[in-house]
Amino acid sequence: MSRKALLIIPELCIGCRACQVACKSWNQLPAEETINEGTHENPTDLTAYTYNRIKFIEKPLNEKGIKYLFVSQRCMHCGEPLCAEVCPTETLFVSEEGAVLYLKERCIGCGLCRKACPYDVPRYDENGEISKCHLCIDRIWEGLEPACAKTCPTSSIKFGEREELINEAKKKGYKIIYGEKDFGGLGVIFALNEPPEVYELP
Amino acid sequence: MTNHYIDFKNADVILVMGANPAENHPVSMKWILKAKEERGAKLIVIDPRFTKTASKADLYFPIRSGTDIAFLGGFIKYIIDNELYFKDYVIHYTDASFLVDPEFKLPDDLDGVFSGFNEITRTYDKATWKFQLDENGVPKKDPTLQDPHCVFQLLKRHFARYTIDMVSEITGADKEKIEAAYKIMGETGKPNKVLTVLYAMGWTQHTIGAQIVRAVSIVQLLLGNVGMAGGGINALRGESNVQGACDNGLLFHILTGYNPAPSASDVDLKTYIEKYTPQTNEPKSTNWLSNRPKYIISYLKALYGDHATSENDYCYEYLPKREDGESLTWLELFDKMYEGKFKGFFAWGQNPACSTSNANKVRKALAKLDWMVAVNLWDNETASFWRGPEMNPEEIKTEVFFLPCASSVEKEGSITNSGRWLQWRYEAVKPPGECLPDADIINELYFRIKKLYETEGGVFPEPIIHLTWEYGKKNQEGKIEHMNPHLIAKEMNGYFVTDILEHPLDGKSYQKGQQIPNFLYLMDDGSTACGNWLYCGSYTEEGNMMARRGQEDPTGLGMYPNWAWCWPLNRRILYNRASVDPEGKPWDPKRAVIKWDEAQSKWIGDVPDGSAPPLAKEGGKLPFILKPLGVGAIFGPGMVDGPFPTHYEPPESPLTKHPFYSKVFYNPVIKIFCTPEDLLAACGDEKYPYIGSTYRVTEHWQTGLMTRTTDWLRELEPQNFVELSVELAEELGIKSGDKVIVSSCRGKIWAIAIVTPRIKPLKVMGKTVHFVGLPWHYGWRWPEDGRGGDNANLLTPSVGDANTLCPSTKVFMVNIEKI
Repeated sequence: MSRKALLIIPELCIGCRACQVACKSWNQLPAEETINEGTHENPTDLTAYTYNRIKFIEKPLNEKGIKYLFVSQRCMHCGEPLCAEVCPTETLFVSEEGAVLYLKERCIGCGLCRKACPYDVPRYDENGEISKCHLCIDRIWEGLEPACAKTCPTSSIKFGEREELINEAKKKGYKIIYGEKDFGGLGVIFALNEPPEVYELP
Repeated sequence: MTNHYIDFKNADVILVMGANPAENHPVSMKWILKAKEERGAKLIVIDPRFTKTASKADLYFPIRSGTDIAFLGGFIKYIIDNELYFKDYVIHYTDASFLVDPEFKLPDDLDGVFSGFNEITRTYDKATWKFQLDENGVPKKDPTLQDPHCVFQLLKRHFARYTIDMVSEITGADKEKIEAAYKIMGETGKPNKVLTVLYAMGWTQHTIGAQIVRAVSIVQLLLGNVGMAGGGINALRGESNVQGACDNGLLFHILTGYNPAPSASDVDLKTYIEKYTPQTNEPKSTNWLSNRPKYIISYLKALYGDHATSENDYCYEYLPKREDGESLTWLELFDKMYEGKFKGFFAWGQNPACSTSNANKVRKALAKLDWMVAVNLWDNETASFWRGPEMNPEEIKTEVFFLPCASSVEKEGSITNSGRWLQWRYEAVKPPGECLPDADIINELYFRIKKLYETEGGVFPEPIIHLTWEYGKKNQEGKIEHMNPHLIAKEMNGYFVTDILEHPLDGKSYQKGQQIPNFLYLMDDGSTACGNWLYCGSYTEEGNMMARRGQEDPTGLGMYPNWAWCWPLNRRILYNRASVDPEGKPWDPKRAVIKWDEAQSKWIGDVPDGSAPPLAKEGGKLPFILKPLGVGAIFGPGMVDGPFPTHYEPPESPLTKHPFYSKVFYNPVIKIFCTPEDLLAACGDEKYPYIGSTYRVTEHWQTGLMTRTTDWLRELEPQNFVELSVELAEELGIKSGDKVIVSSCRGKIWAIAIVTPRIKPLKVMGKTVHFVGLPWHYGWRWPEDGRGGDNANLLTPSVGDANTLCPSTKVFMVNIEKI
């Protein structure tokens, strides 16, 4: 089976956060009891019950005014995931489709995967077991796209064959394809026109 | 909208002002971004704050809230001075060349008011707001546009003082950016370049709101952008079905299909028809509304069936009548309620204790009622007003009945979007518990009220007893068990009441009970019944057109004529006859909405605005078929506050005098309410030094009843907030996340401060002006512990637009203090 991926184009993201809600809805994740901490960004971090979130980046620019960016944060589904590599109990593995999956019952909550993750993604639920984005693998297996991609009104999140998505992004003239090669190639690729730092991508 | 959502993809330039589609109409951004990506369209966003939409703009700059006419007036001047207008379009399709009464005077002649202003009644006598007529009763014209009394020259003179310097002084916007916007938009006066304008409540909710829209109408007529694919004037409406509500007469002054609601002096049908059926002496005008008699009589036939006969004026006398000149807008209704002038109130699918400007006045008004019926999905601040803040339940007499209703996904029916598309929706799940669809609640009420009239009589029972009410299967008592939305939709479409042997339109025969194909078939002799003439064609003998899901796109312009159905007549772009030259050739052949096919002698493309040939052909007609004179109106004598838009300050403003008039400050004809609750801050009041404005966020819907109660949405925007600039926050020692009190002279609420570089102080007439913004989604009732905060409408004033009384929620003066 060819590798699947999400292509994320922050330039098309309007920060509506339908992806956050669709994720919670499909995965039946409970809402967090949040407060407004002086920002629209909420929840303010990934948790065991928040698999994806949009970071709101406000950067004042001297002459041109301001940059207001919306950037998806979630498991990047590395081709060669360090989390799986360090896991002592083989909880984590890469599926045929390229999703980094986990078997909760194997997890001992040692926290090594989070320490190893270059994107600081895995979180642990109230039983101390790993919890994170699984690329809606249950939907993919039924021939559906992940909930976040399905709901995105501007096609800022697109699901498809990884190679095709990369080619499409290049064809559209995006200067940087973030994640094409890193860690065995990411399963969540960003098409950018400015350096990754601008989008607070490591 | 003149156009529709998908059509945004056809634009060359997109102006977003008084709207924030990325936040409030997210799906529309798909088409805006497509225009940018595929056509290289330029997106211009002008807003007091840098919005999510602004994040995608090619050009953004802030202006002071409420100064949109200054900006647009400056653009009108720029178009005229630089001769950027589309001359052929302007001369043939607008009233620019028409000569106005020489006695007509502009505000520049009279220090701020047009001719005919009465200072005592604060109204206009419109005697001079008219055209000079020739011997045939047709307006005199000067196609050279040189006559000093022609509309074009008056327009030029009226906006002469709106120089870029002046616009910058009033709006606080940067001169270079203003000019850059004018330059980009001014390019679209060419036949093959199009500007679309998207607006929403940021334009309408001002004391000069209707005139802001008038100003942009003038812009689009000068540039020849009305009727064009990728053009037009497009209101992104504030609720998914508010277009449907307006179409179907839910406003006080109209019946269905925008037929005027009668007043007391419209004593009989003849008087009504004479008064509301426009006449014209212009031979090339279609004057579509000359069909009014067919529409009103067919409407009465739909209401009263066999009871409506030519002998009894088709039961016209049953229609409720307002007192002459009586205005019953939202603000006025609550003013009357506050004065104790009515006993009962149905709060149906609404939450005025939060949604209405000056909500404290509303909350107090509710206490003056004997009873209220609240129909809603959830208990809310209106239904529970009696136990809300500052209320003592023991002292409140109002008896409240709460009826739980079904949500939109728990029932079947049609929804009409901003682009006038009627789309059929299905019941996804059954309503929970005792919740009923609204129509079934109305059915219960109707049945019981009718029974009371039948058994106990009454002063005038016939209008109720004689109503047609054949919307479903009846039980033994004669009550409909469940309202069938298909039967309602069929009545709205209309049906033949009698057999017609030879219809004058097509010579064909039609049988009694058959659905009417479209409104061209409606008659004024009682042989047709139609609940809403604009919807005639939506549910025909071919079936429910609203349920169609065809994805064909023959023009490639995204009109999808077989997807759902659109009023009128499935016409996707209004005024499309203006998209062709007088010979019928598209101004822009690459985006041809319609074109005249010489060989077949007919139009092809979209459904044309009337089938008559193009203007220059024999029998040709002018494009603006709803206007009696057939042309787009640059001169607008129908407005109550002047035939041209002019900048007036908001009643609450940081300025102490008008930028260029000495006699007037704010719109001189707005209604001022006089209860003790109707306070306005004095000009330049130091207690309330900052401009406040309200708006919405994606995550919440209106007053938040459907979203504050949804945990996943409340997680994203949990609490009331106020956005303010870094500069103001520094001045006041406020940090992001601080709890602050925002107050106006009418009320105060707490909010969490969001300090952001997306808001900047502006320099206005030499003075630094700060802006703060709040959402209006929150209320004390939910979350129950009050941690969400209360509604920003506790701060807003009960003043409204001069024409519409749409409340002025976008500019009011506030103070902000750290707790």
